[in-house]
Amino acid sequence: MIGSFFSRLKQSGFWVIAPPYAWLVLFLLVPFLLVLKISVADLNFGIPPYTSLVDLSDNVLTFTVHLRGYALLFSDSLYLMTYLSSIKMAAITTVCCILIGYPMAYYIARTEGSLRHLLLLAVILPFWTSLLLRVYAWVGILRNDGLLNNFLIWMGLIDTPLEIYRTDLAVYIGLVYAYLPFFILPLYANLVKLDARLLDAAYDLGASPVRAFLAVTLPLSLPGVVAGAMLVFIPTVGEYVIPEMLGGADTLMMGRVMWSEFFTNADWPMASAVTVIMVLILLVPLVVLQMNQKRSFLSETKGGQ
Amino acid sequence: MAAMQRAPNAPSRVGRISTLTLGYLFLYIPILTLVVFSFNDSSMMTSWTGFSLRWYVALMNDQALLRAASLSLQVAFMTATAAAALGTWAGYIVARKPMFKGFGLYVGLLTAPLVIPEVVLGISLLLLFVEMGSVFGWPGERGLLTIWVGHTTLCLAFVTIIVQSRIRDLDRAYEEAALDLGAKPLHVFFTITLPLIAPAIISGWLLAFTLSLDDVVIASFLSGPGSTLLSPEIFSRVRLGLKPEVNALATIFVVIVGVFVVVVNRLQRKQETMGP
Repeated sequence: MIGSFFSRLKQSGFWVIAPPYAWLVLFLLVPFLLVLKISVADLNFGIPPYTSLVDLSDNVLTFTVHLRGYALLFSDSLYLMTYLSSIKMAAITTVCCILIGYPMAYYIARTEGSLRHLLLLAVILPFWTSLLLRVYAWVGILRNDGLLNNFLIWMGLIDTPLEIYRTDLAVYIGLVYAYLPFFILPLYANLVKLDARLLDAAYDLGASPVRAFLAVTLPLSLPGVVAGAMLVFIPTVGEYVIPEMLGGADTLMMGRVMWSEFFTNADWPMASAVTVIMVLILLVPLVVLQMNQKRSFLSETKGGQ
Repeated sequence: MAAMQRAPNAPSRVGRISTLTLGYLFLYIPILTLVVFSFNDSSMMTSWTGFSLRWYVALMNDQALLRAASLSLQVAFMTATAAAALGTWAGYIVARKPMFKGFGLYVGLLTAPLVIPEVVLGISLLLLFVEMGSVFGWPGERGLLTIWVGHTTLCLAFVTIIVQSRIRDLDRAYEEAALDLGAKPLHVFFTITLPLIAPAIISGWLLAFTLSLDDVVIASFLSGPGSTLLSPEIFSRVRLGLKPEVNALATIFVVIVGVFVVVVNRLQRKQETMGP
């Protein structure tokens, strides 16, 4: 039994699987474990700027764990506020992406023929242009003397410019703008595969369009909504560039804290501790996404055989 | 009766047109403003004073930016090539050999970079290189090589997703026929599978190229002295305000990308309608 397992392993090609796996382990798994290790080290002046965990001196092996970073994380209310604020901002961004993205994906999927290809291409196209430059464009739009305010004043809708740039609202606009395609694409892929006969059946049985949507389309599209929502929520929690460019000094986000602990304070153990807690917070949505992904990988493969 | 049957395929026109119009305006107005104001004479991006190409001239004379751009293009090329090779390999495994122990971890590691915040990826890889440097003495200094590793790890995930879905859609009959005729699996992969999935690999290569070019965070963590890339350079300039020469650069980007995507899409669709 075991022998046959090994021969099958050989047949299925251990060496076919190994090299990409090795890259991932070396450059993803090992670095994560290192972050974990350095988060329990202490600050040290020198290179590298942290103490080592295991020390062998005078033939005595000492193993030191410093919890300074974690202690600070839970005692300093600024860190706690930052975590809560990041989660809140990511959650609101995700909800906005669902509210804007669902109708868009729905109508694109329901469009016929070559126009659908064109609409889909138009969602993908911004993916290919620099996110940095597209976020930068919002600076020119949202500033006090920017295009939006000029337009509203010209229309006579407002007298004094709205203060949006360098506020949380600007960050929300930037985040929704940047992550909207990430929500639309997986949902579109789901909606376009939806069996139209199910809807026909609902209509034949006398369901109203709203009822048919709520009873058929919405439940069947939930996996697409979940996948899209996770693709928005998870990276948004740690986003750095957008809050840095559009947010104010009081826009609290974890990505910014990690960045400044690293570059401004050069406190690597602290930055590592912040990272570890962030990954722990993201673990639940990450696992949801992975399960979703693995299930679809496996079911599609089985279906294809 | 006729109205009822048409209902599923005719959702309210007004709702559809207004939703899509607003949605696409939201996606495209920022890009449009970048392009329009790159031709603005004023150094303020906020009011139009007249047509001018002065920002394009300023861009051409900006040595720091040009140097960063040339380094960025090199890194993006190397990244895209490595990620396309490794990603094709990894995608083949996901699509064709998903039944091995540790597949869950494999998929987890493969797809993590799609969503994990780039700051996490940057910090963890930086710590890896520092640790490796102090244990093995390599890499002594961070630079283009370390950025390349970081970008490849990030882009690998995207290429894998694209390639595996293409391999899944393939008809296995071609490969099985070749195997039945006695061809070696590796030979079959290179002569049958690879040409069939080439369009997906090309898309993956291009996506990896743009992702690498676009990245600010990983490149900032993993760069060393003298290896400042284009995006970190732009970021450090625009975080403090508007820089019209960046608009000119953005316009050049948009034109190149637009032409590329349309051409690639045409080619791909032509192949889909003609190919197997």
